[in-house]
Amino acid sequence: MIPGLGALTQDTLWCFSQVKGTIEIGATEDEMLLSLPALHLQTSEYHPLFQLPHGRLGPWCSPTGSPAPLSCETGCREGSWILVCRLLVPTQVSLLSMEEDIDTRKINNSFLRDHSYATEADIISTVEFNHTGELLATGDKGGRVVIFQREQESKNQVHRRGEYNVYSTFQSHEPEFDYLKSLEIEEKINKIRWLPQQNAAYFLLSTNDKTVKLWKVSERDKRPEGYNLKDEEGRLRDPATITTLRVPVLRPMDLMVEATPRRVFANAHTYHINSISVNSDYETYMSADDLRINLWNFEITNQSFNIVDIKPANMEELTEVITAAEFHPHHCNTFVYSSSKGTIRLCDMRASALCDRHTKFFEEPEDPSNRSFFSEIISSISDVKFSHSGRYIMTRDYLTVKVWDLNMENRPIETYQVHDYLRSKLCSLYENDCIFDKFECVWNGSDSVIMTGSYNNFFRMFDRNTKRDVTLEASRENSKPRAILKPRKVCVGGKRRKDEISVDSLDFSKKILHTAWHPSENIIAVAATNNLYIFQDKVN
Amino acid sequence: MMLSKGLKRKREEEEEEKEALAVDAWWLEPGHPAVAQAPPAVASSSLFDLSVLKLHHSLRQSEPDLRHLVLVVNTLRRIQASMAPAATLPPVPSPPTAPGIADNLLASSDAALSASMASLLEDLSHIEGLSQAPQPLVDEGPPGRPSGAAPPSLGALDLLGPATGCLLDDGLEGLFEDIDTSMYDSEFWAPVSEGHKPSPEDGPGKEEAPELDEAELDYLMDVLVGTQALERPPGPGR
Repeated sequence: MIPGLGALTQDTLWCFSQVKGTIEIGATEDEMLLSLPALHLQTSEYHPLFQLPHGRLGPWCSPTGSPAPLSCETGCREGSWILVCRLLVPTQVSLLSMEEDIDTRKINNSFLRDHSYATEADIISTVEFNHTGELLATGDKGGRVVIFQREQESKNQVHRRGEYNVYSTFQSHEPEFDYLKSLEIEEKINKIRWLPQQNAAYFLLSTNDKTVKLWKVSERDKRPEGYNLKDEEGRLRDPATITTLRVPVLRPMDLMVEATPRRVFANAHTYHINSISVNSDYETYMSADDLRINLWNFEITNQSFNIVDIKPANMEELTEVITAAEFHPHHCNTFVYSSSKGTIRLCDMRASALCDRHTKFFEEPEDPSNRSFFSEIISSISDVKFSHSGRYIMTRDYLTVKVWDLNMENRPIETYQVHDYLRSKLCSLYENDCIFDKFECVWNGSDSVIMTGSYNNFFRMFDRNTKRDVTLEASRENSKPRAILKPRKVCVGGKRRKDEISVDSLDFSKKILHTAWHPSENIIAVAATNNLYIFQDKVN
Repeated sequence: MMLSKGLKRKREEEEEEKEALAVDAWWLEPGHPAVAQAPPAVASSSLFDLSVLKLHHSLRQSEPDLRHLVLVVNTLRRIQASMAPAATLPPVPSPPTAPGIADNLLASSDAALSASMASLLEDLSHIEGLSQAPQPLVDEGPPGRPSGAAPPSLGALDLLGPATGCLLDDGLEGLFEDIDTSMYDSEFWAPVSEGHKPSPEDGPGKEEAPELDEAELDYLMDVLVGTQALERPPGPGR
């Protein structure tokens, strides 16, 4: 199919593809330990995988294949190969299976922590495709990053496009304690951003509230053998016992994917980091917190330039914070940042070193008929994204998604209602803090369709050309292999039709805050709490 | 949206929806056509309480979410601005629900309202531990504020309690070592620390009010009004 072309104009049908994550408590399951390629990870004292938070232990599989309790400490000392993946075979819940005719439903849970129930640490906090769409990264509340890789399409299964399988898992951030301020720093991954690929390795930035890290993910399929001074287990040999010399040779080995932190950019943010954005020059990136934006060079970790500072001299006068920021996709001197008051500022770094004065200021005048005590809260922008073309920016506030033309500052060119039926419920949503939820929004590859999440595990797509929109749901019940997703509808009053759901029945604890769209194809990743859903359009 | 335009509802609408209309309308600003259905003073009081609870809950975090804080404070400002005309009237009659501290807030003088608001807003200044001495507030508050606005700013620090001492720079903490904070462990603030979610309009916070005796109540009002200055030696703890 032609990627991304007229996604919704020909009645695109979205199909369930995969789901990753734990199933809800209550489902019975058997554990099966299997060996999968690309997931053998050599233990080492420094291997991030074994810095399990809170010293969690788990039954790992020994190389012989029999389950054996193995502490991370033991693993580190012995330096042996340890299988770290496992497959959970549930007895209920329908999910994608590998072959069409298999009844057994499998979940690829190989990246899970050692528990068979969902914990808060598994809540996905960010989702991002890389620039080619080959890799899909997720970050979670426990500070972990899981990278999925799309399998090569095989000729004998042309009707099913490549699936995403676990490629690498590592602990990116640990919980920290700031002794000076007696504060605990959350390890939750707020954002992941990929760098464009320049060699065989993959690079990504991941950040928590305070620290940004550059990770290198690389493959190794050869290892040197035949050392003179070390034996096969890595122990040093007594030089007196060496009688001959040999040249070490590289021998093939099982594919190993390792993630190593290459840079740590710390101590530059007093407030909580909400955004990172890689510049189009591929040499710099920016990190934004509530009041400041810093510019970094990838090579330099002990310095950063402050390019935006909206902290008032007197904190009593604080009325506005920065909520999101992003670099222009092509112009390395241009970036935008959004605020809690519903404004967007576009800045040019060539104008001055400190971009406190914006080049452009985007704000829509308030609609007097909709004015309420909550007007400001619902106007707070939770996400801002440049279109791939660089001509438009999209913003998400609590109830709407807006598309702005960079050349028109006084109002957006398009406004889409995500869940306007919530407008009459704002007080309740204020009471339970849902009104402060921060939803993200994404463009498709051709900038013709935009997508954002809602409550009840609903997510919405808007076709900018046809002005059509659709509401879909990410749920286990609707997750049969290649099942076509049925559009959902919320009933706002009057008679409720059979398939509709009434506003009062919506589950506000099931919110889709993070979604991602493949850069060139109609493949989307939707994070629903601790589950990652992957949907594709129906291939004819 | 039907609600904001105040359209008439059909006769066959269910009773709950009519109630919902009345309840949902009260968060609209006074003067809005839909508000005419509900008494604004009482409604705003509940929203005010809710926002105050949220503000305190937010501030009691070891590291407050600045966005949440700013949005709540700005909303509180809006509510206060809309309540200002009502505050100059004689004490508002208590609503049918159990009388609570919040009603005393409303019933008290305009100065108390603005002072409590001012002190709450002052909390922002202590997040990064600014070392300046408490400064007179900028603008806020309806006209008629007493000139003694300086003391309330100090009251704010007390209201936060010892937990937020960690928000200050190291140099400042020594200044407040001799403050007796036990007096602030009163039940008035208990709902804030115990409850993780703000209570509904008639939440448990008000039910605890009758447990406070009059003397404690008077003392609390004094604190809010700001007659309790930092320079005074701390009184015996309560």
